[in-house]
Amino acid sequence: MCMHKIAVIGDEDSILGFRALGVSVFPARSGKEAETALRAAARQDYAVIYITEGYAGEIIDVITEYSRKPLPVVLTIPDLSGNRGAAMEKIRRTVEKALGADILFGKEGNA
Amino acid sequence: MEIRVSPTRMQLQLLKKRHVMAVRGHKLLKDKLDELMKHFLELVRRDRDLREQIDDRLGAAFRGFLIARGAMSAAAVDAALMYPKETISLRAGQRHIMNVAVPSLEWTFEHEGDATNIYPYGFAYTSTELDTAIRLLSEAMPSLVELAEVEKAVELLADEIEKTRRRVNALEYVLIPSLEQSIKYITMKLDEAERGNLTRLMKVKEIVGERGA
Repeated sequence: MCMHKIAVIGDEDSILGFRALGVSVFPARSGKEAETALRAAARQDYAVIYITEGYAGEIIDVITEYSRKPLPVVLTIPDLSGNRGAAMEKIRRTVEKALGADILFGKEGNA
Repeated sequence: MEIRVSPTRMQLQLLKKRHVMAVRGHKLLKDKLDELMKHFLELVRRDRDLREQIDDRLGAAFRGFLIARGAMSAAAVDAALMYPKETISLRAGQRHIMNVAVPSLEWTFEHEGDATNIYPYGFAYTSTELDTAIRLLSEAMPSLVELAEVEKAVELLADEIEKTRRRVNALEYVLIPSLEQSIKYITMKLDEAERGNLTRLMKVKEIVGERGA
């Protein structure tokens, strides 16, 4: 157990407020910048890295690189332009991969 | 697909041992898979609920910021948030679910208890919208960290489930049937040899009996 930090990467308008909470904020203006910021943050002792959905979609390959290790946790959060459902889609796909069928979200309709 | 072996008793013994082992391994793995599945479904449900919560809360907070930025100049917002008073201290460790290492996160605001600490500015030059937005954001923080923990666990478990299922299937549909087939093959060969031997003995006895007569 040692000290870790939390980082947020995304467009500046969406994530500025996190700064008030003592979370490190890395504004990015393009997918490329978000990727650089993500790699840099992952090398340092950031345990949790949030990326706004707008950029997460562009650098999904880089994000999946980190999905096999316990740390850091790379997570998408919605941004100002509204929730695009990418995060839900990701959960759905994970379930499908593990169970071979989408039983969880399919069941919702009947329940 | 069968395993090519010479039909001897020794091979039969070995194959039988392997078969017993494979069946036991299959049972264990299947139990592991069931248990993993149970944990996985629990976590996925939690993940989904948290996701919905977060989407709502962050949406509201971000909208608040947008309004705040409209009410104040961008430079003023930047200046207000320039030096945060509050810091988050996060401890990341590991926890094991069915032998899968998943992260466990513990966190606190460094200045816990003093609610005004999340506002790093004086109230004179900032709009109330900014205060609201920051308060909403700070309320979302606990679920945000829990979401990180849960979502990661879901990912890692999904990986493990996939791996385990492959193993179960490989044992069930490939290794065990092929072992059974080889065992059957050897048993039949040995039986056949036994019968051949018997008829030969009977024949020999007959010949010996004829000579004696």
